[in-house]
Amino acid sequence: MTFGHDPLHELSLTQNIVDLAIEYAAREKAVKVLSITLEIGALSGVVAEAVEFAFDVCSQGTLAEGANLEIRHINGRGRCLDCQTETEIETLTHLCPHCGSLALETVQGQEMKFTEMEID
Amino acid sequence: MCTECGCSSTDHSHHHEHESRTIRVEEDLLAKNNRLAAGNRQLFTSSHLLVLNLVSSPGSGKTSLLERTLADLKRRFNFSVLEGDQQTTNDADRIAATGVPVKQLNTGAGCHLDAHMVGHGVESFDLAETDILMIENVGNLVCPAAFDLGEDHKVTVLSVTEGEDKPLKYPQMFQASDLMLINKIDLLPYLNFDLEQCKAFARQINPRIEIMELSCQTGAGMQQWYDWLMAGVARKNPGLRGAGRE
Repeated sequence: MTFGHDPLHELSLTQNIVDLAIEYAAREKAVKVLSITLEIGALSGVVAEAVEFAFDVCSQGTLAEGANLEIRHINGRGRCLDCQTETEIETLTHLCPHCGSLALETVQGQEMKFTEMEID
Repeated sequence: MCTECGCSSTDHSHHHEHESRTIRVEEDLLAKNNRLAAGNRQLFTSSHLLVLNLVSSPGSGKTSLLERTLADLKRRFNFSVLEGDQQTTNDADRIAATGVPVKQLNTGAGCHLDAHMVGHGVESFDLAETDILMIENVGNLVCPAAFDLGEDHKVTVLSVTEGEDKPLKYPQMFQASDLMLINKIDLLPYLNFDLEQCKAFARQINPRIEIMELSCQTGAGMQQWYDWLMAGVARKNPGLRGAGRE
């Protein structure tokens, strides 16, 4: 069994973005997608530049071609399982700044979300 | 701003030429995969199936670990295996040699299995008669982390011929996994692999991760892994119990 899949997971995700945009645009009887707003968390494992690059390819020949892609960066936040302190984290390998514990649980920053779009 | 259509026009006659407007979508980018994964999970649960998603770098010994596990446990449990690779049926051929039902999924250029492939992949299996479904993902510690397949647990296999800092380099995968199997421990005397450091790194990323050390070549540590599997089967299929069909 062979599937037509792609070399980077950002390409799969970006195909989902374009599919969603077309689906919503059709539902709203839009003729064009002007802009798309995404929220991508710092800890999501998604590279925003890779999404931007893939978007041009995936949107070609669709209502979303040429749409402006706005990517909002969501900071990472972790909560220490030992002392409960919440702290901003940019990677999954932070130590708790309060007690030095390694046991931080991610509470924010894993988002990959299509929040809204502007249509014509 | 016009509250009716959300445009920035101050002219409120709604006859401007392009009626651009903003609509809320609020959908997770993985929503489609997650929906399909939820469907798979429902099917697996109704079939009382324990499902594991085995992930690792290429060459960690996933297929060898499976071969040994199947050889040791296939009389006790009914297994089915999905083999994910970009190309070739080599791994499926190795599993087929054990007599266990197997299906090769070739992703082509793709770097991961997704819920859609797995949903179709299991169509040829008799799930009602299966106790454990093993899904061997494409050898890649990055992309498979994001794609739920409907499994009960992601199991990361890390071999001691790799660096002990793999959990720090690929944190998403170790965070998403419930169990880490450190394989090829028979090679430890010949390597500078710091086992304790590796475990500490993994727990730093995921404080809840379970860790087992084993060698599928010598069989060292395999019993602990089998006990874990049996406990998993007992949870999913209380009628069968961990002792299996023997």
